Amino acid sequence: MRGSPGFSPPLRSCCISADCSSNVDKQPDLAVANRRLVWKLLWIVAAASVFGFALVPLYNVLCAATGLNGKSSLRADTVPENTAATVVDRSRKVTIEFMNTTMAGLPWDIHPAQTHMDVHPGEPNTATYVVRNVSKQTIVGQAVPSISPGQAAQHFQKLECFCFTQQSLQPGEEKIMPLTFIVSPKLQQDIGTITLSYAFFDTAANNIKR
Amino acid sequence: MTAATNTNPAHTAQPPHGNHDSHQEEYRGGIMRWLTTTNHKDIGTMYLTFSLIMFFIGGIMILAVRAELFQPGIQLMKPEFFNQLIGIHALVMIFAALMPAATGFANWQIPLMIGAPDMALPRINNWGFWLLPPAATLLILPFILALFGIGDGALATGWTFYAPLSVQGGIGVDFAIFAVHIFGISSILGSINIIVTIVNMRAPGMTWFKLPLFAWAWLITAFLLIATIPVLAGAVTMLLTDRHFDTHFFNAAGGGDPILFQHLFWFFGHPEVYILLLPIWGLIPHVLSTFTRKPVYGYRAQVYAFWGIGVLSVIVWAHHFFTAGMPVPALLYFMYSTMAISIPLAVLFFCWIATMWRGAMTFETPMLFALGFIVLFGIGGLTGLVLADVAADAQYHHSYFVVAHFHYTLFSGGIMGIMTGVYYWLPKWTGHMYNEKLGKLHFWLTVVSFNLTFMPQFFLGLAGMPRRIPDYALQFADFNAISTVGAFILGFSQLIFAWNIIQCARGGPKASDKVWEGSTGLEWQLSSPPPHHSWETQPVVK
Repeated sequence: MRGSPGFSPPLRSCCISADCSSNVDKQPDLAVANRRLVWKLLWIVAAASVFGFALVPLYNVLCAATGLNGKSSLRADTVPENTAATVVDRSRKVTIEFMNTTMAGLPWDIHPAQTHMDVHPGEPNTATYVVRNVSKQTIVGQAVPSISPGQAAQHFQKLECFCFTQQSLQPGEEKIMPLTFIVSPKLQQDIGTITLSYAFFDTAANNIKR
Repeated sequence: MTAATNTNPAHTAQPPHGNHDSHQEEYRGGIMRWLTTTNHKDIGTMYLTFSLIMFFIGGIMILAVRAELFQPGIQLMKPEFFNQLIGIHALVMIFAALMPAATGFANWQIPLMIGAPDMALPRINNWGFWLLPPAATLLILPFILALFGIGDGALATGWTFYAPLSVQGGIGVDFAIFAVHIFGISSILGSINIIVTIVNMRAPGMTWFKLPLFAWAWLITAFLLIATIPVLAGAVTMLLTDRHFDTHFFNAAGGGDPILFQHLFWFFGHPEVYILLLPIWGLIPHVLSTFTRKPVYGYRAQVYAFWGIGVLSVIVWAHHFFTAGMPVPALLYFMYSTMAISIPLAVLFFCWIATMWRGAMTFETPMLFALGFIVLFGIGGLTGLVLADVAADAQYHHSYFVVAHFHYTLFSGGIMGIMTGVYYWLPKWTGHMYNEKLGKLHFWLTVVSFNLTFMPQFFLGLAGMPRRIPDYALQFADFNAISTVGAFILGFSQLIFAWNIIQCARGGPKASDKVWEGSTGLEWQLSSPPPHHSWETQPVVK
């Protein structure tokens, strides 16, 4: 055994190359086997990378289906007539709480005109937010809604909302921003309170193009 | 373990040293030797040296933090700088101290333990190491740039990079993102190398269930790394594009979702915890078996427990952010699956205890560290069960209770585990015995001051002190003062560790080949230190 060449001097030939020779049993096969295994493992790395990015749409689909993150649509919900959704359930009352967050850098004074409303499922209601631009520039803002508990998001249907479009306010201008919504009668029975929170963003600072 | 002892003596004889004249690298001297080396022992030494240096750098950062927290109020630094220190401390300790130390162990030990002449991909091995110093430099550079008025310092979001804060942060975030990319590439290269070595280069006769537990644990660690590091790399890449290229992965204003970042981060981050700990769990049975002079108890049970933990670790991530808001069924799923991890972990604990049961125990430094590991890591594990409880977590989340918990797992589980391995294998690597008295002094100072540092933090957390805040209410003052005193003793007693290693590398009483009376395994059949090229003739395991 000692007469055969020693294990490959690492500087001259790496064992990933086919010329690797050693006195270890099945040595010529070892380099090939190593190379094959490296490629298989690199495929795992590639698959994991793809999986990492695939998690983004996967997460969004999962959230839309389960309300995992309480994200609410930025488009108008259509409520077909003469369906269960339009039947008003007067036996049940749901409390809607209104909140807002003004994100850093947006010089707007924002508050909901009502802190909460008691509504019947299936009944259209209108709530308003009062927004005033306290700066000396015209500023375009965007409101992004979020709903808690998250499972209620798909049952909180907005027919009209100031969050569907960007809102432009002149210096010192005050706007009353309306929101018309229906709480679907399909809302889970154990949910008695829905909290609706709007985050207001400065569109310029957040590079929002629409 | 049982496997490694039965080696055919005819095959274990090492070639005479003169044989190595044919190896080109032996003629290189100075820095070029280390830059170009493809020898697993050299690379292992570089990984471990790098890790020790970064351990001290990360330690200095956190001593500055503890100094600030010695008293309530802001005394020493601005809050922004405090925020930078805590985040970079964690990234340095995780990516530049703990992970390279474990990879250093793998490089040194796996070829020796499985009877392979070197790692399978020596040149990739060299590259894997030399990516680390640039990555660490990228992490720390923003601190230095800020001194010259460039940028506003390092990453100030904490090590978790949570969006939207990290989307808004300064250049420190970009530096940290690229550092994580490079650390990740290094880890993936190291992992591929380890898997290929273990799968293809085991000594003849070393079947899967004769593989030493350390190699088994590293094999699973390496698979976890190649499966999860790319997800982290993807997440920070999305963060980078959100910051500079107008994408909106995590920006709610553009339709993104900041919580998505938490999912992506912890999909990597939770397995990462086991990536840090699995190599230690693989090493501890060897140490216990050596110093109790008994074979490892429950070898197969431990291998299955490693696999169980590896698989469970990738499906429990959301317990890190129970309070971010999730439907109750999701909370329950993540709670139960997290708690399920305690079952394979309990199997490991029982196997460790059963290995020691009625053994002829002696208490050399590695054994002391192993025992300290079992007790303190046990506390870390039990407090983890408390945090896994959804109802309790609402109170403990983001409090000092969490800080104490993960230092009980990652300092006493991770760092003390690494120290166990260093004391255990150092005589084999250097050929000299370390100073046993200093080793024991180091152990006792470490254990006492560690508890002095972190035990009060459990109480601080229970009392409601939030983590990552430079100031605190007056009622937390006493426990914080105790914790800071403990931290300084803990930090300075690590100088004994460094001194002991340096002295051991330079000289000292000659270590025998077997080093320890009860050691079993292929690596102890080689000389101490092992020749530069070992197992050129593979041993045959019966």
